[in-house]
Amino acid sequence: MAAFIVRMGPLLVLWLAVFLSGTWAVDRGNFKTCDQCAFCKRQRALKPGQSLYRALLETLELTNTKLTLQLINDNNKVRLLLELYRLQGNMTRVKINELKPLKPRFEVPDVLINDPPTEPLSLLSQDENGVVLSLGADSQRLIVSAKPFRLDIMEGREVLLSLNSRGLLAFEHLRIRKDTQVDPEGAEKKEETDAANEPAEGETAKEDGMWEETFKSHTDNKPNGPSSISLDFSLPGVEHVYGIPEHADSLKLKTTDGGDPYRLFNLDVFQYELFNPMALYGAIPVMLSHSAQRTMGIFWLNAAETWVDISSNTAGKTVLGQMLDYVQGSSETPQTDVRWISESGIIDVFIMLGPTPTDVFSQYASLTGTQAFPPLSALAYHQCRWNYNDQEDVAAVDQGFDEHDIPYDFIWLDIEHTDGKRYFTWDPHKFPQPKDMLQGLIDKRRKMVAIVDPHIKVDSSYKIHNEIRSKGFYVKNKDGGDYEGWCWPGNSGYPDFTNPEMRAWWASMFAYDQYEGSMENMYTWNDMNEPSVFNGPEVTMHKDALHGTWENRDLHNLYGLYVQMATAEGLIERSGGVERPFVLTRAFFAGSQRYGAVWTGDNTADWDHLKISIPMCLSLGLVGVSFCGADVGGFFKSPSTELLVRWYQTGAYQPFFRAHAHLDTPRREPWLFGPENTALIREAVRQRYALLPYWYQLFYHAHHSGQPVMRPLWVEYTQDTATFSVDDQFLLGRDLLVHPVTEEGAKGVTAYLPGKGEVWFDVHTFQKHNGAQNLYIPVTISSIPVFQRGGSIIPRKARVRRSSSCMEHDPYTLFVALSPKRFAQGELYIDDGHTFNFDKQKQFIHRRLSFANNALSSRNLAPGSQFITPSWIEKIVILGASKPSKATLKTPDGKESLLEFEFDASMSVLTLRKPGVNAGVDWTVVLQ
Amino acid sequence: MSCALLLLLMSLALAMGTGAAVEIQRPRGVPLSSEQFYEENKPFTCLDGSSTIPFDRINDDYCDCRDGSDEPGTAACPNGSFHCTNAGFRPAFIPSSRINDGICDCCDTTDEYNSGATCQNTCREMGRKERESLQIMAEITKEGFMLKQQLIHEAKRGQEDKQGKLTELQGSKKGLEEKVEALRTVKETAEDPEKEAKERHLKSWEEQKELIRMEKDKTRMAEAFLELDDDADGYVSVAELQSHLELDPDSDGSLTETETQVRCLSSSSTLFLPLKADDEVSMPPYDTETQSLIDGAYSHLFYNLGLVPQSLICDPEFIWICRNLEKEIGFDFGPSAEFAYLYSQCYELSTSEYIYRLCPFNRVSQKPKFGGSETNLGLWGQWAGPEDSLYSVMKYDHGQGCWQGPNRSTTVKLTCGKETVVTSTSEPSRCEYLMEFTTPAVCQEPASLDEVLQGHTEL
Repeated sequence: MAAFIVRMGPLLVLWLAVFLSGTWAVDRGNFKTCDQCAFCKRQRALKPGQSLYRALLETLELTNTKLTLQLINDNNKVRLLLELYRLQGNMTRVKINELKPLKPRFEVPDVLINDPPTEPLSLLSQDENGVVLSLGADSQRLIVSAKPFRLDIMEGREVLLSLNSRGLLAFEHLRIRKDTQVDPEGAEKKEETDAANEPAEGETAKEDGMWEETFKSHTDNKPNGPSSISLDFSLPGVEHVYGIPEHADSLKLKTTDGGDPYRLFNLDVFQYELFNPMALYGAIPVMLSHSAQRTMGIFWLNAAETWVDISSNTAGKTVLGQMLDYVQGSSETPQTDVRWISESGIIDVFIMLGPTPTDVFSQYASLTGTQAFPPLSALAYHQCRWNYNDQEDVAAVDQGFDEHDIPYDFIWLDIEHTDGKRYFTWDPHKFPQPKDMLQGLIDKRRKMVAIVDPHIKVDSSYKIHNEIRSKGFYVKNKDGGDYEGWCWPGNSGYPDFTNPEMRAWWASMFAYDQYEGSMENMYTWNDMNEPSVFNGPEVTMHKDALHGTWENRDLHNLYGLYVQMATAEGLIERSGGVERPFVLTRAFFAGSQRYGAVWTGDNTADWDHLKISIPMCLSLGLVGVSFCGADVGGFFKSPSTELLVRWYQTGAYQPFFRAHAHLDTPRREPWLFGPENTALIREAVRQRYALLPYWYQLFYHAHHSGQPVMRPLWVEYTQDTATFSVDDQFLLGRDLLVHPVTEEGAKGVTAYLPGKGEVWFDVHTFQKHNGAQNLYIPVTISSIPVFQRGGSIIPRKARVRRSSSCMEHDPYTLFVALSPKRFAQGELYIDDGHTFNFDKQKQFIHRRLSFANNALSSRNLAPGSQFITPSWIEKIVILGASKPSKATLKTPDGKESLLEFEFDASMSVLTLRKPGVNAGVDWTVVLQ
Repeated sequence: MSCALLLLLMSLALAMGTGAAVEIQRPRGVPLSSEQFYEENKPFTCLDGSSTIPFDRINDDYCDCRDGSDEPGTAACPNGSFHCTNAGFRPAFIPSSRINDGICDCCDTTDEYNSGATCQNTCREMGRKERESLQIMAEITKEGFMLKQQLIHEAKRGQEDKQGKLTELQGSKKGLEEKVEALRTVKETAEDPEKEAKERHLKSWEEQKELIRMEKDKTRMAEAFLELDDDADGYVSVAELQSHLELDPDSDGSLTETETQVRCLSSSSTLFLPLKADDEVSMPPYDTETQSLIDGAYSHLFYNLGLVPQSLICDPEFIWICRNLEKEIGFDFGPSAEFAYLYSQCYELSTSEYIYRLCPFNRVSQKPKFGGSETNLGLWGQWAGPEDSLYSVMKYDHGQGCWQGPNRSTTVKLTCGKETVVTSTSEPSRCEYLMEFTTPAVCQEPASLDEVLQGHTEL
């Protein structure tokens, strides 16, 4: 769905004229640069050097769970409180707050799934220069240096990471405005500057935007004054850092010297540009570092506007701290330096020490939870458009899929389905009988998603508005009245989703008797939840708007997470806690993975946007959000037929697979481009459906252990530096490598097949290729280069039907790709596909499939679980096989039967005919 | 009940290998026409010849043939198809993937024999409904076709009339040329610096003008104007001129604004005259002062432009009249000019928000019901039906531009009906409109009802 459009009331016309300015690109002038953002400018003015902070070792306290220590800024004498925690699972938490703030500073709630369990820290040594603490295993130590204050995490003689080594710790303490009030504390008057180069009060204060700041026509009043924070991290030996989505940029983050820092501030950016650090719809303040030796993560738990600077000595600079004499290596040791700046709140950092990518994913998952396990059908294909006009249109599109024999599971309704953009309602002319429409989809075993945005039309005849207003659930403006802004319905209120009572009420609105016309096959899409405020500063909410006692400034980036949280809860509740929800969100924060899917917002139908979908979703996957996709075809503008086909082929191998289009674009249902292109798109969608068992299994793992579904190559090939910057191809799980064709008119692509001594099989031709090589693959318009790793077993369902539900009981085909050592391993996960019974009642099948010693077997991986499936094993395809003399199937009842087989000697493919054994039982096939 | 019974019977029959009824002798999903290839208890050769398999592998829920022909009754082959007999309605093939998918596809329920789906046999009911609607359609077609014959007849007569008019007009061309020659003299006289002479000239020019005017068929002039004045606002705008490709001097299919300006200037004398002339008919004669002002303006115009109609060829008024006739005569009104009656007509459809207006061979527009200006949804483009029925679809394009989108366009689908009516409009894609329009002109000669019905039932 879109940012802005002409169908708004005349009220917006003038503003639109200014805003749209008739070009096909983001209007950068609508969004702040660091220089236009007072706190970022103030903080960035502070250059690396000796820190102004000193640790007061005499204040050190060590308890079972944490170490506390006061820090002092020698210029202004303001004291900070440092808390250090050793967390279970090889993590360190560093919290810094003012020792005695004038009023409490915001600490982010509801993101951590629990109070992270701690492990004891022990003091190894202490002198006047600092203390050395043991971090438990692996001879890891935490060194606190007192003057100047810095922290170093060591393993052996190796520095893993240093904090404040560049002296950029800065904490703008809360203060009383001096030009209006007499300062009660005399001491404050003496201060000249503080860490953030605090200027003299008065004129300069205004200039520096400490108490007020104006951007375009918007003035931000800051009753609490300056409150920003900053801290630097140095990563010796690191040249590659990733994460901190959402940005339309490469997977490997770039250095920000000479440009703007990466910005994290949830914004509705109209027609965003690629390859720059501008903020987008979501923000996950998590960065991963990777080197051939180690993978680590930094989780900066702060929901205020945040900027991240990255510099690297290998890019020409050496900023390595020289204080520690045991730093090994020469000045050529690569190092990446990172600096985080946030507008308010506290410093609360989780340092995830890995050492492997898998460890970092588990560590982060233990803090913020894992990917919600979606209903299986949500992993299938989604057909969306702004807008399917009416019930007849929905029926015709549904029919079109059947006529052209293209599977789909969900059809989507954008904002026009509502009665005047009043969410939870239906346009009485276009959708007079929503239940008939939904029943029509149920009859086809298909589903629908209808949009529910968080802006509520201010209209006294609208029930939702009246209830929110009367309950006092709206966000308030700085003067205490209901905050109002423009969005799709015109003047709108914004429910305060940070309020748990509001969220409970919102969830209750999804009950079938509340949400009229809704049925169990209707799910929800939350758009515009940054929130988007058309006439607000940077098209979002005023920072001085109030959520209870907190300003939007403090928690801006959390709003979207709460919207999706409340909506997902509503979908769970309406089913009595039985059914898994499916909710798509545009805005997100750390922890959003627990509530559903995200998409990359309003992209554009051009080739670069197709390409960027890969690094954008890879970046999200690294920080917990596996269920990611980009609008297939591109939202704005109209794709060429070739681009549309390529986008389907790419999207079919990305987690969230939805076609979407802007209201103003010509129709683009898959069959509108001639029979040849219809066939190409049909084939891409069919490949997706055939692979659904594998997708589902990957999501089960993402849910279970936080491992990303779509992975950069380096996650599995941690030592292979050739993979570190690759972002035009990706892995699905460990076992499939996808190199989509994203170049116009491509005649071939060069894919990097990783893994020395490994082999990869082309999933279409079964041709075998060696690992650790760049492979040129000639392509035609029908090519989707996908390779299965030798050593893996992938289950598929070859009987592609019109929706995933129709395939529920169908048999499996197992694709066994042998490693050079004639070994392979895989899994099979089966459950009912839509309820929480897999979790609550352990109703699932999870089996280990392994091929070794010429025998393929299926063994139970989850003895405590139980589930009955009618599905059976239809076919086994063994790639890289040799011809056996016979194949014997052994089942648990002791029976043995001979299987027929075919052997293709040219490709070394052995196909075992119809084992017929139930997919949920033990069995073995022995080849002789 | 009958469904379950039928299934029971069929499975019994299959199990026992007896041939109680015709359809159960062939494997499930095989049409009668292919029965011969599935010989019981004999090896089966895939229909593409790719391999031969034992008979018991037919419909054994495993795909052995690349063409899917061994599994006509199961979902095992990705490219297979299943035949439903649909007794009482019409037989059909469905993709194998729809067998036992829990959705009733065949009206005789035979596709869902093992999915637990409860399907009702609706063939008889569907057959009845189809026959009814076919009957209704046949009646409409019959009457429509008769009306069409009438339309063809009228079109033929109208065509002849117009041809006659044209010939007549062209005949008067010579006389007109002489008059224009006189006009030229007048104009030259007008250039005489002497005021008196000028006044005399103007007077005589007025007379000449009057003469010319009398010669002309006033209704033709009005038509010429209306032809140009698309929005009927009494003024001919640049946009309207641009929409008239017959004025396009470089024949590139569009009139640029520059071309339009040139056209306006070079034809100003004549463009001006007829347009004014219409208003002057009922007007009392101007007083001398005004008249001299007007006349002064005319002569001033003539001086400035230095243009005099060089010949009749340059008299666009005349050309328009002739061309309009020529255009109408030359218009593609269908194989027998059956669509000619739609020319210069307009048809409206009122929806909750808008009034849609289709003026065939001219334009489509949309006007909000409750205030707001009219939007041009497209100007006549061409017949755009598929090859075998070109005259079933009209395309109107180059309508008003859309924000960040294409120019509006409208596709009009024509179906046979007794009346000429716009039956529906929609906007399937932004700024691409779809209109359904019934007219007798597309009615085909009806086949006999029996033939129609027979074509739709196998049994």
